[in-house]
Amino acid sequence: MTTVITVPPSLDDHTFEQVLEQLAPVPVDQKVLVDARHTRWASPYGLTALLTLAQTRGTQAAFTGPETEETASYWQRAGFYRYAEELFEMHGHVPRARAQAAESNVLLEITPVAKSDDVHDVVERIQSKAQQILVNELNLDPMATMRFAMTLSEVCQNIVEHAQTMGWVAVQTYRYRQRLGRRVVVIAVCDAGIGFRRSLESAPGRKLSDRWDDGMALEEAVIRGVSRFRDPGRGQGLAGVRRYVGRWDGKLSVRSGTARIALVPQWDDDLPMRENLPPLPGAQVQITIPERVPQR
Amino acid sequence: MIYHISVSSVLRKTVCDLYTNLVTRPTGVAVRQAIEAALAELPEPNVTVIDFAQVKMLDFSCADEVVGKLLDFYQKAEGQPQRYFLIRGVHDGHLEAIEAVLERYNLAVIVEDESGTIRLVGTLDDGARRAWQVVNAHGRVNPQELERELGAPAETASRVLDTLSARRLVMWRDDGCVSLPQAL
Repeated sequence: MTTVITVPPSLDDHTFEQVLEQLAPVPVDQKVLVDARHTRWASPYGLTALLTLAQTRGTQAAFTGPETEETASYWQRAGFYRYAEELFEMHGHVPRARAQAAESNVLLEITPVAKSDDVHDVVERIQSKAQQILVNELNLDPMATMRFAMTLSEVCQNIVEHAQTMGWVAVQTYRYRQRLGRRVVVIAVCDAGIGFRRSLESAPGRKLSDRWDDGMALEEAVIRGVSRFRDPGRGQGLAGVRRYVGRWDGKLSVRSGTARIALVPQWDDDLPMRENLPPLPGAQVQITIPERVPQR
Repeated sequence: MIYHISVSSVLRKTVCDLYTNLVTRPTGVAVRQAIEAALAELPEPNVTVIDFAQVKMLDFSCADEVVGKLLDFYQKAEGQPQRYFLIRGVHDGHLEAIEAVLERYNLAVIVEDESGTIRLVGTLDDGARRAWQVVNAHGRVNPQELERELGAPAETASRVLDTLSARRLVMWRDDGCVSLPQAL
């Protein structure tokens, strides 16, 4: 029996929860068909999370992509199909990669991250492309561009150091009409690894409290900078990401297991902590930095 | 003796000759170990300039390895080795990561930025920081001169200089302390 999982028309970090709610009652070895035929838009989080979802299934999931040519073409240019074809059993039309002008909104197409060299590669590539867009189009300070690359490096390293499997990163800019009416640059980093709770549990001699769960693990790692390593220099990466996001009025959200923690700026009304969510292995991080509006 | 270590050169020799960014912990470990191996050959006392020129970006993990762990090791090493460090060629992006790790390790270091301005970064109490500024301004100061400059008792002035020396921020020479840039 195959269970059809319907992807919502607009796929982002919030609506991806609808995908996971449908998936939750389905045993991991049961076949699913991820149906994105009616999806018209996806954030980088949505695309990388779909690939992550495929990695969590015991039986290869099937996939049907967007029917709209424009959407399918965009997903192709964002690098989604390149990896989806390896992970999913593809049904329906698969747009072919064509030599065409680079997609200016895609600062970094979907890229696998498995080892330290991949992080170097990601940072080198983003530096060459991000400067012009972040400074000229999003009005960010040139120094913010460097810190943007630092932030990207740190969140990618979380995969290499903690996930115990590979993950995905993507960076795009788009106009965030729903909440801001401004352009944003968004980093999405998703993996299907062991997640924050199990990573922290692996620390030698760690004592677990009675209410130890995914939410508490996220609080420890994201808010208090706790790492599974006892080394005093550890845990600074996410602390640096938090500082960067705060300084540029951005938003950070981290989902792991059944919980999601967010540093919520004034322009957003998300909840700082959501618990008892449908489970998804690994960690899924999203960083949103809004366009700077000149002060009047 | 004064030694110069170009972090960019070490990065290219030990990790990859195409890299210009100091990112990821394994990269930081490789660079730190290469620097430590070079330092192990040097006679004491010495001032080592760790030069970040040509390094485009330094992330927190690499700053932890290349600055935090390196300085912390020599700060805590038995026998108080006479090894002093001056960090050169840093821009604001580097400094953010460096200051974060210095705070974690309760360390301070002398930094010369791209414009040649010398400053002390990291954690140090106000009295010791003022004393360092006096030494840096004069190039060389003895306890009596510091006593006059700060209006502090001779015993306090002497103790503050000892503190700065123990933290490798000034170097005792004969009866006074010299600033590290002066030692260069």
